[in-house]
Amino acid sequence: MRTARRLAAVGLLAATALTVLTGRAAADATPSATPSASATSGEQGPPTEAGTNFRTATVIKQGQQATAGASAGDYLYWVVPADTGQKVTVKATVTFGSGSGAAATHGASTWQLDVYDGLRRRQPCRYGAQTRTAAAGAATVELACTLRPVRAYADTWSNDPLRGAYYLRLTALDVPEADLGQPVRAAITVTSHGTAGRDAVDGSVAPVVSANAPDVAPAGGWAGTWWSPRWLWTGGGGLLAVLAALGAHRLARGPLRTAHRPRPHDADRPPYPREGAGYSG
Amino acid sequence: MRRLVATGMAGGLLATLACGLLPASAAADEPAAQPAPKVELVLDVSGSMRAKDIDGQSRMSAAKQAFDDVLDSTPPEVNLGIRTLGADYPGNDRKTGCKDTRQLYPVGPLNRTEAKTAVATLAPTGWTPIGPALLAAAADLKAGGDGTARMVLITDGQDTCNANPCDVARDIAAQGIHLVIDTLGLIPDSTTRNQLSCIAEATGGTYTTVQHRAQLTTKVKQLVNRSTAPVITPVATDGAANCADAPVLKAGLYSDRETFSENRWYRVDVRPGQELRASVSISDDRAVNAGYGVLLRGVTLHGREIVRDDEGGTGRTDAVSAGIRYPKPKADSDTPAETVCLQVGNSFSAPASVKTIPGLPVELSIDLVHSPDQPSDVAFYGLGRGWWLLGLLAVTGAVAGLLTGWAARWRMNSGRTS
Repeated sequence: MRTARRLAAVGLLAATALTVLTGRAAADATPSATPSASATSGEQGPPTEAGTNFRTATVIKQGQQATAGASAGDYLYWVVPADTGQKVTVKATVTFGSGSGAAATHGASTWQLDVYDGLRRRQPCRYGAQTRTAAAGAATVELACTLRPVRAYADTWSNDPLRGAYYLRLTALDVPEADLGQPVRAAITVTSHGTAGRDAVDGSVAPVVSANAPDVAPAGGWAGTWWSPRWLWTGGGGLLAVLAALGAHRLARGPLRTAHRPRPHDADRPPYPREGAGYSG
Repeated sequence: MRRLVATGMAGGLLATLACGLLPASAAADEPAAQPAPKVELVLDVSGSMRAKDIDGQSRMSAAKQAFDDVLDSTPPEVNLGIRTLGADYPGNDRKTGCKDTRQLYPVGPLNRTEAKTAVATLAPTGWTPIGPALLAAAADLKAGGDGTARMVLITDGQDTCNANPCDVARDIAAQGIHLVIDTLGLIPDSTTRNQLSCIAEATGGTYTTVQHRAQLTTKVKQLVNRSTAPVITPVATDGAANCADAPVLKAGLYSDRETFSENRWYRVDVRPGQELRASVSISDDRAVNAGYGVLLRGVTLHGREIVRDDEGGTGRTDAVSAGIRYPKPKADSDTPAETVCLQVGNSFSAPASVKTIPGLPVELSIDLVHSPDQPSDVAFYGLGRGWWLLGLLAVTGAVAGLLTGWAARWRMNSGRTS
């Protein structure tokens, strides 16, 4: 009986811990929600300009749609912070024409969205149409790029994405000469989702934000992530171990007779009966 | 015993949680107050500006109206100047016509009324000496203070004088005054467009085709406002051909010039516990061949390569970049700083007709930060995952349970239980 009560207590404790963990996990599943909320309620709206190189890149926040008026052939730069564990997705839309009235007639042009990390190393996209050709006369062209999960640590030889600044460059790779300098409008949105999961590693590389470039940081500072499904695996494993230990202990020790606890002076009775068929463990 | 284990487990869990939730601090240095940015508007007042093809107005009157709007909305901190080209000499003598550029309003704090009056007097007159105007405007901008310098060239035609304004622009950019030239073409033909986009490309500026007055106003306003964005100005340096002669750089932003397929060396002292972060961008400010690349290597004084990054590409681009990290492990405080040689190379090439002097602009950013040289653990907080882990933990628990169970039975059987 006492064992059963203890078992129940341990189970309750573990269940509470798990509930807390999963509850926090659910709350943490959309880390981009917080920055976007604070961004829209901030002192000023989203940026309406873009920089022209790494040094002058316009700082944007995650979840915010930044826009810019530009000319075909310009190189547009933005910079956005990304913290450990985030899977960052960048979406860009190029609209031909100055935004008012019909789009200017234009030939076919190829557009590309490049993402560079804080060390200006070009980052590959896991998926998303990074380069697209707009047909002649098209109204818009949409580009997207999903980065690898941002890691807490990486070898110096690898170019794994680390927490820090991410530069976004939007440009026309190939534009007919007659269209060079024609007005276009660009809109860019950066979102992130999920947790690092099995990509989660431990480490604390200082955020890769250069002192010689625009200073970026997430709205809540560089907190990193504490959540990973590894908590569940390890916690669940611990729970399993406790249960296995209790079961095996019970099995090996045999039943206790709680009503008539055998005493040394009960010499006439066998102190410990063999386990019968009625044993229920 | 079990309760103790359970309590310990929960406590450990909570402690780890708390540690994970503590935010890491990030140092953020506020940039110092910027000197006043300087902008010079260079306006073409040549004879062709009479053409009435911008929203039914003449190009000149469209430009004047746009200037009025721009002058009204110029941010107070901007030092604005206006220079004209082809405003004064109506004759046919090329030599005189090609010297025709005049500072209409000096670069300095803006007096709107004066500037507007000066603009109102302009009438389309002469030649289009873009090259000399760029040189003169660069001299104007060089004069007043350390602020960022930007030139906005508004023209409707190509240079009618001998000099190639594109080469002039590149030479100006190479003087190390970090001048950006934005160009606006009013209803341009293809030669003008090529020339203007070449000027913009040579200095890291932008080129825009203008067909409507509103577009002209918006664009010039945008460019003037762009000059107010805080930016760190690079320090000019001169890399050497080998590490031994290389300049020693501290953390900061540096600019240099490197000709095609050249390698340049720099040195950086890295103290124990510091991490060297270097990024390099090489811009192609002229026509280059389709394939190109850039290499950044960190090498010891003895020539051993520590770390490298290279990046290649094809097609139209403004710059190619590479970056490296090198954390130096912590050591005793008396350990001397390690000198790391940085090699910056490029594999740009150009058609034979393209000038190779001055070299391509190189921007080198160096940061020295405190960062660990080792991960705390390969796994996330040392946690595990997977069915093998669960199986192992369950088996371990079962074995422990069996052992304690047998021990309990033995104690009871031998009558030692309480």
